[in-house]
Amino acid sequence: MSTDDHILDEFTNKEYEHGWAVDLEADEAPKGLSEEIVRFISAKKEEPQWLLESRLKAFRLWESMKTPEWANVDFPKVNYQDMIYYSAPKQSATLKSLDEVDPELIATFEKLGISLTEQKRLTGVAVDAVIDSVSVATTFKETLGELGIIFCSFSEAVKEHPELVKKHMGTVVPASDNYFAALNSAVFSDGSFAYIPKGVKCPMELSTYFRINAANTGQFERTLIVADEGSSVSYLEGCTAPQRDENQLHAAIVEIKAAKDATVKYSTVQNWYPGDKNGNGGIYNFVTKRGICEGDNSKISWTQVETGSAVTWKYPSCILKGDNSQGEFYSVAVTNNYQQADTGTKMIHIGKNTKSRIVSKGISAGKSQNSYRGQVHIMKRAEGARNYSQCDSLLMGDQCGAHTFPYIDIENQSAQVEHEATTSKIGEDQIFYCKQRGIDEESAVALIVNGYAKEVLKQLPMEFAVEAQKLLALTLEGSVG
Amino acid sequence: MLSIKNLKASIEEKEILKGISLEVKAGEVHAIMGPNGSGKSTLASVLAGREDYEVTGGEVDFLGKDLLEIDADTRAREGIFLAFQYPVEIPGVSTTNFMKTALNQIREHRGEKSLDAVSFLKRMKEKMKLVEIDQSLLSRSLNEGFSGGEKKRNEIFQMAMLEPKLAILDETDSGLDIDALRIVANGVNALKSKDNATIVVTHYQRLLDYIVPDFVHVLYNGRIVKSGTKELAFELEEKGYDWIKEEVDASA
Amino acid sequence: MEKISGQLILSALIDQFESFEKSLNGQSKSNAHQIRKNALNYLVEHGFPHAKSEEYKFTNLTKALEKNFELNTAQESPSLSDQQISSVEINNLDAHKIVFINGKYSEIHSDKVDIQGLKAIPLNEVLKDSPEKLDAIFSAKADYKADPFIAMNTAFSQDGIFIEIDDNAVIERPIMLYFIGDSEKDELLYQIRNIVKAGKFSQCTIIEKFDTIGDAWSFTNAVVEIDVAENAHLKYFKIENDTEKAYHVSNIHASQATNSTFTTNTYALNGAIVRNNLNIMLEGEGCEAYMNGLYLLDGKTHVDNHTVVDHMKPNCYSNELYKGIMDGSSRGVFNGKIFVRQDAQKTNAFQSNKNVLLTDKAIVNTKPQLEIWADDVKCSHGCTTGQLDLEALFYLQSRGIQKEKARGMLLQAFASDVLETVSIDAIKYYLKAIFIQRLEH
Repeated sequence: MSTDDHILDEFTNKEYEHGWAVDLEADEAPKGLSEEIVRFISAKKEEPQWLLESRLKAFRLWESMKTPEWANVDFPKVNYQDMIYYSAPKQSATLKSLDEVDPELIATFEKLGISLTEQKRLTGVAVDAVIDSVSVATTFKETLGELGIIFCSFSEAVKEHPELVKKHMGTVVPASDNYFAALNSAVFSDGSFAYIPKGVKCPMELSTYFRINAANTGQFERTLIVADEGSSVSYLEGCTAPQRDENQLHAAIVEIKAAKDATVKYSTVQNWYPGDKNGNGGIYNFVTKRGICEGDNSKISWTQVETGSAVTWKYPSCILKGDNSQGEFYSVAVTNNYQQADTGTKMIHIGKNTKSRIVSKGISAGKSQNSYRGQVHIMKRAEGARNYSQCDSLLMGDQCGAHTFPYIDIENQSAQVEHEATTSKIGEDQIFYCKQRGIDEESAVALIVNGYAKEVLKQLPMEFAVEAQKLLALTLEGSVG
Repeated sequence: MLSIKNLKASIEEKEILKGISLEVKAGEVHAIMGPNGSGKSTLASVLAGREDYEVTGGEVDFLGKDLLEIDADTRAREGIFLAFQYPVEIPGVSTTNFMKTALNQIREHRGEKSLDAVSFLKRMKEKMKLVEIDQSLLSRSLNEGFSGGEKKRNEIFQMAMLEPKLAILDETDSGLDIDALRIVANGVNALKSKDNATIVVTHYQRLLDYIVPDFVHVLYNGRIVKSGTKELAFELEEKGYDWIKEEVDASA
Repeated sequence: MEKISGQLILSALIDQFESFEKSLNGQSKSNAHQIRKNALNYLVEHGFPHAKSEEYKFTNLTKALEKNFELNTAQESPSLSDQQISSVEINNLDAHKIVFINGKYSEIHSDKVDIQGLKAIPLNEVLKDSPEKLDAIFSAKADYKADPFIAMNTAFSQDGIFIEIDDNAVIERPIMLYFIGDSEKDELLYQIRNIVKAGKFSQCTIIEKFDTIGDAWSFTNAVVEIDVAENAHLKYFKIENDTEKAYHVSNIHASQATNSTFTTNTYALNGAIVRNNLNIMLEGEGCEAYMNGLYLLDGKTHVDNHTVVDHMKPNCYSNELYKGIMDGSSRGVFNGKIFVRQDAQKTNAFQSNKNVLLTDKAIVNTKPQLEIWADDVKCSHGCTTGQLDLEALFYLQSRGIQKEKARGMLLQAFASDVLETVSIDAIKYYLKAIFIQRLEH
């Protein structure tokens, strides 16, 4: 087992040992969202005045905005007053053994190749191994610390590195950007903060696993990654295991800033609970993710594999401000049963000789609807801009739908923009063809889906890629015919 | 090798095969001819195990096993190969990758070890020459953007790779120009041996000039109404299918 | 009621029709003539395309014709020398040569087609002697109600070639059709109607080229009706390299039967305004249709390619690739329609249109159109428009290649996928030579 795995294993065990020895006040805010609640949240987190003001400003903005409506996504209206906006980190260890967990869930874990320890962590089973509390997290932190890399929870960053947070937070996604950005900016719970100093190449993949206090803060997550000149980092978010949450609404913000010559790679594998076979009870996932390539020669790439959520609304974007900067977007979005996804990307070309590349692969199955919405905007002074977009849709069966809405706005005549869209279908004919060559149905679906998605999957860090492959095949099992 | 007794099959409640009986021995080439709608492609699909069709009667014995009891992929592993009339495309999966997966599953079924990369490539090169197919075609997505002729050659290439015991060619000659026809026929002929058998389903006599059958059967209205040697094919070409229809209707 | 457009042309045509009818000598009672009359009436009722017509939006032929032509009915006899005629021929092309001068079949300049399985007869002879041969093709593939220029051509259809390829005939040498016009003394206006009947399992290649010799304006209006029978393989080349004063409208309408393959290659290199309408109906299962086009335009040349492929039955495959390079103040227009009817399940239809603009004055208008009614299909279309890659140009120059030559190389590379698939060497070299001459000037 590699060093990384070792750390991972020990760390996850460690989590149960520590976080919950602290005495917990009874703290859950009352239902509803108001200025009082915002103040309550800020107070609970012991935040400085400037941050409270920022939250309040965002809240007032949110009140003045209207819920957005999208033509292609249909879901029952969310009652924003019927939710709890703050609950303290829960004691996750509530079950005694894996036997108490839903066997179907365990079967899924096995299929995805998730280790026993990890399974326990995810289902809230207490782990009895005793691990030196300091060793894991601190060893990891030490390595990063030596290099000057800061990686911690957002709340911790506010306390330990307020100048950095204050300087960069909200500069990429201001509260005024959209309805959910305003909501998040008012009530965000926690998230990640990473800062890579000048010239430093982060030696390991930063993952949310490594964040302490990761439990139950997924609702209004806020992530900020700042890569200083000449630095590089690869960040992983999420995991392949199906994640349930009592909270139906998730509205996260991810901000990335890349300075001159810096590179940031942001990978997501998300498998939020999609709802039951009839589409009830799933999670609504609304995320605003944006990166700004501020400095010349900087590069930001977004890679995502989405298989969950009842409703997904997500447009990771890149603002290519620096000359020669590059933005990339690779995505596989799967919808099955009654899921709906309206996802895509925005590439805004501002500097000279900027490049963007979009490879979006949608897979629809069951009765789901999968829409890609992409915008490529070449601004007036963006000399020599180049863009390549490829939006493919794969339909599994007869009852699903796929839609593509590309928006291409070119204001500079030296631009080279290419757009390709294809739609294809996997039906019984393809499966029968494989069978007639001796390949069984399960292997056929896996072969086809992975062949289709491989261009995107190969952008993921290796362990993620393997898990993602399995996840895709699993999600689409039995979806043909 | 293959023994069909009184096979009946329907699709969507409509009976297409009304009692087919046929014996195919190893080393033989049988041609099945007939007008459109006679059930030729249905017979091929039913033998390959296509689930849209419901078998309503009869028996099919393949190498001592009850074929109707096994599902499509197992039939393929047992040694049945169908060259499709309209081969489908599978985006993202190259012919190479597809063949590797299929071949190794078939080998596993037979208790043989999977082929290693080098042996597999060697085999590919051999078979590519047989049907004059280019490497570039094989690394593209399966059948994607292939012309009709290229798709048919790809079918025969796959047949060469998988070495089936019984090959069923479903209208493999339709739409081919003279050159493509020659290549496909040469490929099929080169693969013939005393241990395997071929069923050629075709509407036109043209192909049978190149792939010479031992037996010719005429299918009309879901039944084999006439059997003979290759001379029967010439007669059909000359007199057309109406001649058969008249004969059958007269004796009814 | 809408104003009828093209009044000047219409009144000239009505006059012309009278004298045309008189010249027909007894054929005026035939079915063909009835069709001609109907076509003319329809045309007069509906007129020519006006500035707002969707189909002719960017190509205002009506205005150009009315402005530049006197449209007089009397036309002088041609007086071209043999040398002039051979100057427009394609070098080293081994083919059955058929020559028309000013729209009339020229026996002395044409080869005698005397091979098993192939007949090439002037249309006027067939109309006179054996019109039943044209049943289900003449005015059946090209609908005069669909396009005013078809109506105009149908009204006056008399000259052209009838090509019949027998069942099972494999014709080794292509058939080369030269339509040469004399505009030395006066403006030139003529119409051509070609009919092609390819029998079952037949294989044949036909090449068509229109040329004008002289300085006056010329307008040629051609309609080709093609019937591709079961399992036939037919290739059709169209080479357009006429003068800067030549207007040309072409309507190629083909229908394909089960398992047939039809390939068209349209190369537009020069002209005043050129409009190519290509219509292919896939009427049987298992058909394949390939449409390749290349347009290399300069000066004020305007080329408009409008294509339609109609998938009516299942399991058919169509593939369209049109590439354009616009230099000077030229203009390229592309409109590719793909129809997939409800019954046409398992259709595969691909379309790609790529354009390069070499100057600020060059223009391209492109519009892909897919209308799909079936639900089990695979269709894709892609369009790009851009400029010459300056980085690549500089790279070649930095390796010692002269700028003009480098430019030519890059543009040839751009066009290579269309150029390399030209199956006839003589034509490939002809095109490449023009590329070199034009792009490396």
